[in-house]
Amino acid sequence: MATQSLQTPPLPCRATPELLKTHGITPEEYERIVQALGREPSLTELGIYSVMWSEHCSYKSSKVHLKRLPTRSERVVQGPGENAGIIDIGDGWACAFKIESHNHPSYIEPFQGAATGVGGILRDIFTMGARPLAVMDSLRFGRIVDRRKPPAAADRGQATERAEVQAQSSSYSPARKLRGLEAKKLIHKNHSILEGVVSGIASYGNCFGVPNLGGETKFEECYFGNPLVNAFALGLVRKDEIFYAKASGTGNPVIYVGAKTGRDGIHGATMASEEFREGSEQKRPNVQVGDPFLEKLLLEACLEAMQTGAVVGIQDMGAAGLTCSTCEMGARGGVGIEIELDHVPQREIGMTAYEIMLSESQERMLLVAESGREHEVFRVFEKWGLDAVTIGRVINEPRMRVLEHGNIVADIPNTSLTDDAPVYRRPMQPWTVPVPKDKPANAPLGANPDLTGVLKRLLASQNICSKRWIHEQYDSMVQTNTVQGPGGDGGVMRIKDTLRGLAMSLDGNGRWCYLNPKLGAMHAVAEAARKVVCAGGVPVAATNCLNFGNPEKPHIMWQFSEVIDGLAEACTALGTPITGGNVSLYNETLGEGIYPTPVVGVVGIVESIERTATPHFRSPGREAILLSAALAPYDDRQLGSSEYAKEIVGSLWGEPPALDLKSEAALQKCVLELIEKGLIESAHDCSDGGLAVAIAESCFRHEIGAELHLPEGSEPLEIALFGEQASRVLVCCVPGDRQLIQQIAAKHTIQAEFLGRTGGDRLVIRRGPSDAVSVYIADIKNVWAQALECALHSDVPERVVPETLDK
Amino acid sequence: MKFGVLVFPGSNCDHDAYHVIAAAAKQPVTFLWHASHDLENCDAIIVPGGFAYGDYLRTGAIAKFAPIMQEVSRFAAGGGLVLGICNGFQILCEAGLLPGALMRNAGLKYICKPVKLRVESTDTPFTSACTEGEVLEIPIGHMEGNYFCDADTLAELNRENLRGDGWGARAQIAYGPCGRASGNPCAEPERRVCALRAGDGICQQGRFGHGSQ
Amino acid sequence: MKAHVYVTLKTTVLDPQGKTIQGALKKMNYKGVEDVRQGKYFLLTLEPNLEKDKVKAEVERIAREVLTNPVIEEFAYKLED
Repeated sequence: MATQSLQTPPLPCRATPELLKTHGITPEEYERIVQALGREPSLTELGIYSVMWSEHCSYKSSKVHLKRLPTRSERVVQGPGENAGIIDIGDGWACAFKIESHNHPSYIEPFQGAATGVGGILRDIFTMGARPLAVMDSLRFGRIVDRRKPPAAADRGQATERAEVQAQSSSYSPARKLRGLEAKKLIHKNHSILEGVVSGIASYGNCFGVPNLGGETKFEECYFGNPLVNAFALGLVRKDEIFYAKASGTGNPVIYVGAKTGRDGIHGATMASEEFREGSEQKRPNVQVGDPFLEKLLLEACLEAMQTGAVVGIQDMGAAGLTCSTCEMGARGGVGIEIELDHVPQREIGMTAYEIMLSESQERMLLVAESGREHEVFRVFEKWGLDAVTIGRVINEPRMRVLEHGNIVADIPNTSLTDDAPVYRRPMQPWTVPVPKDKPANAPLGANPDLTGVLKRLLASQNICSKRWIHEQYDSMVQTNTVQGPGGDGGVMRIKDTLRGLAMSLDGNGRWCYLNPKLGAMHAVAEAARKVVCAGGVPVAATNCLNFGNPEKPHIMWQFSEVIDGLAEACTALGTPITGGNVSLYNETLGEGIYPTPVVGVVGIVESIERTATPHFRSPGREAILLSAALAPYDDRQLGSSEYAKEIVGSLWGEPPALDLKSEAALQKCVLELIEKGLIESAHDCSDGGLAVAIAESCFRHEIGAELHLPEGSEPLEIALFGEQASRVLVCCVPGDRQLIQQIAAKHTIQAEFLGRTGGDRLVIRRGPSDAVSVYIADIKNVWAQALECALHSDVPERVVPETLDK
Repeated sequence: MKFGVLVFPGSNCDHDAYHVIAAAAKQPVTFLWHASHDLENCDAIIVPGGFAYGDYLRTGAIAKFAPIMQEVSRFAAGGGLVLGICNGFQILCEAGLLPGALMRNAGLKYICKPVKLRVESTDTPFTSACTEGEVLEIPIGHMEGNYFCDADTLAELNRENLRGDGWGARAQIAYGPCGRASGNPCAEPERRVCALRAGDGICQQGRFGHGSQ
Repeated sequence: MKAHVYVTLKTTVLDPQGKTIQGALKKMNYKGVEDVRQGKYFLLTLEPNLEKDKVKAEVERIAREVLTNPVIEEFAYKLED
């Protein structure tokens, strides 16, 4: 293939306002393109700019803010800007990890959307030479329980009252305006999204052979038209065997490997353009379809090819496919890449240059090999039965040059697509959340005679109930490294041939970020790190997935900026720099946005897998102790952000709980010391549903009851039991160790309150002389364990024709 | 005793099986590539779990045609030890080395959880270290674990291998090797394969690799 | 020439997917469905100018040996020019 720089430039497109609009290019941006090229772009070039300058690839609205995140520490080997972040975890090992969203595709086609989300994040990991060790997911859906229908365990009268309160409250989803059949259809739709997403994740990850450690699943009305599917993956790589997505060495061959290119994922709008005559009558699927079997082969083949030493650089073809990998690899290496599209393996007949460059077909990689050693790479891919074809080579000029039948169809300076892409400092407007500051008058506290009933209802609520139905569909054990699978605070994987392990956890709380974006974001980091600590890991790094509405609305941009400040502050205070992640904007349907939802993944190092903890009480006769940081009193304003307010009062008000990052860090150090010294048998983060729910959850696994006393206090019992005060961990120990634990806690300025003993088949919680909660473990466990399944199987509406539900 | 672990495209528990033999059982072990015809003088063959060929046609349906499987059949016919775990069990059924077939789970979902299995027979090489009636907790993970065979085969399996609760027992889990001793009327070669099965119409193949934890 | 091959579970074998679909149809109030059996459909595009008898034999062999598991499945097929 000869460099054809003397050739005539490609034919310019007719840049009508409609054409620019369908490509999401503003007139100003078009001017910039003309300037960068020194001429009018061809249609293929316009398409290339349109995807590379899209929000998804360019981070044009978020870039200026993301710069404020801490990204460095002694352990960080690779920060943001590569396929995944990498940290040094000792013993010559490094770990690559990242979280990424696949929200929109999962709404359009839940199964394939979620499956390809998992596939994409796995490729990001093994592109760096790391073998995927574990995945987790953070999922958010619209509600799956008809609010007008009382939960199985609840009292009918209460539920009706609850519905009325809700109708007046300021929940802002369109869902609340719907009644009767409409509401049923909506719930049915949410069920099918949930079921599709879960089976998509299961199908891809199980076949690929990577254990899924769960993650989190939350339900809020605002996610009804915008479910969030954030997939996290983590892999292991020897520190001296990391691969980067960087091209180098003029003349080196550029090799395409993996699946063939089809018309998957090309934006429908572009079909309107005049160049598409040939074959335009064919249906062009927008939904990418995943092939986990092929991805498994690709993994094995890539890792084996890397071992040959003939691979110089490698990048996944994810969003923006061939375009993105070609220009980014060139740009990172300060070189260029020239490719000939005739050589690209194609699945469909008659694909145009535009389509080949923009296709988002899955399970493809682009790699640069050392000149003269291509055959070593080919031999490996042939063994695994995969396509591997030289489609171009590295060139001296820092350009991306695309040829079709020997004619130039695109010739673009790399950096105009990457580093020099537009960056916007979008206007921001501070925003006051439209909910009352104070508790509604019709929700009295301190007078409820049936707090056991309240506990049952909370345990059965969507956000708190067991997610067993979901995670039993995931293979959590393949690879035989799983120390702690789904259902605990954090997952723990061992690193074979060492004593060490890795703990990981995902957390987000959109409702809290809605009430106070900065504080909510700080909580997300604090809780994710706390969950890692409760599993026995020292938090060392984080990844984030930032899910927001339309950034062109000043208040959304303000929320974004506040969240970044919160993340930056908390990650700095807790020693977890952000090594990468993803931003997902425009999560809106009919003008209704989601809650600002940053999801944080924290990774921690477990020094010895013999020294970990689980949330479960393991034996009777043990002592339960509540470790907590001293904070300003939790009041009924803070209760407004709790699951109690949402599920029992049916309303939202006030603010998230207070958080002091210094105290949080001290609490985490304290818990880690206790685990390391082998002093505690269980550790469980007190979060959704407060102390009472945390205690109940600790009882469930081994069905061990407890008789506990709440600390003396004058606050209403609802707050003592269900308040979600931050920085608290419930631990349990053998009786002789209590004093030592209290001494260690005091050293960290952490309170350690003895609550009582485990044992029996009942959970009894007292304050003073009277029982606040008293119930058989078997009863509440059943409610908690079955709730999700019951909700999903209870109400198929009388008549719902699937087509009418599709937007 | 030398073990061979088969590797098909899509096998994903091959490394697990290898690790357990090497690290836990401390025996020599080697991978055997699907396209090979050489069992490399192994004394026992493990057909590991995973999704051979994506399980896209049927679980195990394409794997059974792999060149290495011809050798495995011959090896088994000569009395060699073959252990099929998970997808490996499905492959052995497809290949006709075990009777019956595996269908989609009754709940139509993939299930991954620990289940309790009872040792039904101890006179097989795979269970000789157990005591009869011993209950083992073994993780399962599969979408097609719903064991099916015709009534005659079922009767034979029951008569030959199982005591106490039979195949039809619900929620009762048994662990039994099938295709067992000499004179087995299933016309099965002897002592080759160990199957784990669970009640409720679902037959599981345990993944003993996970047991190492 | 094309061969359409349909693979279903034998009628003597329980079909949980079919049962589930039938149950869903009933719940959604679709009338008159007595039973649902689901299966797989394969479209084989064959080389042109083959003898019909030979094609028939080959398609049957493929269906029997590869596309179905005779323990639980059966097949039907039709050829189309």
